[in-house]
Amino acid sequence: MDHPSQEPLKSTPLESLHVARGAKMVGFAGYSMPVNYPLGVLKEHLHTRTAAGLFDVSHMGQAALTGKDVAQAIETLVPGDIAALAPGQIRYTMLTTPEGGIIDDLMISRPAEPGSEDKLCLVVNAGCKERDFAHIAAALADRAVLTRHDDAALIALQGPKAAEVLARLVPEAAAMAFMTTRTAMLAHAPVRLFRSGYTGEDGYEISVPGAEAVRITETLLNQPEVEPIGLGARDSLRLEAGLCLYGNDIDTTTTPIEAALAWTISKRRRGEGGFPGAAKIQQQLADGPQRKRVGIRPLSRAPARGHTEIQDGKGRRIGEITSGGFGPSVNGPVAMGYVETEFAKVGTPVTLIVRGQAQPAQVEALPFFPHRYFKSARN
Amino acid sequence: MANVTLRYTKEHEWIRIEGNEAVVGITDYAQSQLGDVVFVEVPAAGKELTAGGEAAVVESVKAASEVYAPVSGTVVEGNTALPDKPETVNSDPTGAGWFFKVRLANPKELDGLMDQAAYDKFVAELGG
Repeated sequence: MDHPSQEPLKSTPLESLHVARGAKMVGFAGYSMPVNYPLGVLKEHLHTRTAAGLFDVSHMGQAALTGKDVAQAIETLVPGDIAALAPGQIRYTMLTTPEGGIIDDLMISRPAEPGSEDKLCLVVNAGCKERDFAHIAAALADRAVLTRHDDAALIALQGPKAAEVLARLVPEAAAMAFMTTRTAMLAHAPVRLFRSGYTGEDGYEISVPGAEAVRITETLLNQPEVEPIGLGARDSLRLEAGLCLYGNDIDTTTTPIEAALAWTISKRRRGEGGFPGAAKIQQQLADGPQRKRVGIRPLSRAPARGHTEIQDGKGRRIGEITSGGFGPSVNGPVAMGYVETEFAKVGTPVTLIVRGQAQPAQVEALPFFPHRYFKSARN
Repeated sequence: MANVTLRYTKEHEWIRIEGNEAVVGITDYAQSQLGDVVFVEVPAAGKELTAGGEAAVVESVKAASEVYAPVSGTVVEGNTALPDKPETVNSDPTGAGWFFKVRLANPKELDGLMDQAAYDKFVAELGG
């Protein structure tokens, strides 16, 4: 979702903190955001993989959806199994079009707190939030009420030391399983913790009152393991983790099945349908899609960026890179993209056309860097 | 080496003139804007370059960019050590991080480039 460049950039509650810490600020999804700090993208990436990184993701859209049958209501818009969400659980799913395309990917969670039985928490992409919220509010007008939390900030704390750091400030955070949520007090402020993220690492996303955001962020940054991390490393981390970026890897022209996101659709929802594009998605589940999102590893050192053409061994175009760059933890170029299904098998040799030159590459399993999500002792 | 032999382009290449040959690299400002350099492609000896044309490639984690030829000429030597140690572009952009040596086809082209003072002013105006 491109944002018209003539409009002034919005700022998050943490903008002054980013500037004070020497961040290079860029426009992203209509917001002025830090792309990197003086540490630099490479070291910020590696720091997140070895200790803990703090990301300002306040530009993302947060909202609550309330209604008597709120899970059933939202299921008319997403293929995820929301009715099966136990209190405190988070689900990754997507808003779909009647043709089975993806309007946005989002996190839906069911709060566990007493009195929130009719409520779901939504977190959507920054560049899509106006469209998403208008779409949801209009489609569910007679069944649910959407309340935007535009005044809240969202801070992600990610990395192998994230749990240790947060437990120092919020002891009850340690026992949370991955993809669960709860409320807590952090630095004397009420916050909502999500044990989730966009790096492939263990960690949390923390929704905090905007007015408290700077103080809470400083408290977290004062922990010796934590460095602030910009959007540059956020992108290389999620790419190594094989996670989709909306607008690059998925959009209204790609279905969840083509995007290798079939795992997000439960058996019940595959069978029952009842979401936009169900017929197309069920057909692709049965027959297989014509193209598939795969990992692509360039075999030379040259990174292949988005829109790089993918060819078979005979010079025929079989697809396109949708995200690509250098993976600091992999220490080499990594990419993902769509190829015709017959070329989607791991190990298949393909050719990338980089600056007019054919470069060897091969289809590789995602993620490039193994996920290290926390599994609680009970699981 | 005296600064008087250094010239700069608006695309942030430097060129150091040594007789009828010159060494080309990217400036400290350019490397700081790019961030961590992770990939470099230098031209092979014998390649013909046109002033303003693409001569080499430099990529950071964030993005790919071109290195343009400040002058026309024939590549005498590419810095073949650079592709294996691309981070040298960050650590020593005007020394070991050089990209290629070129034999000048038209030394008059140097007159169109900035000297140190002009380049310093150019960068200052960019807010760098």
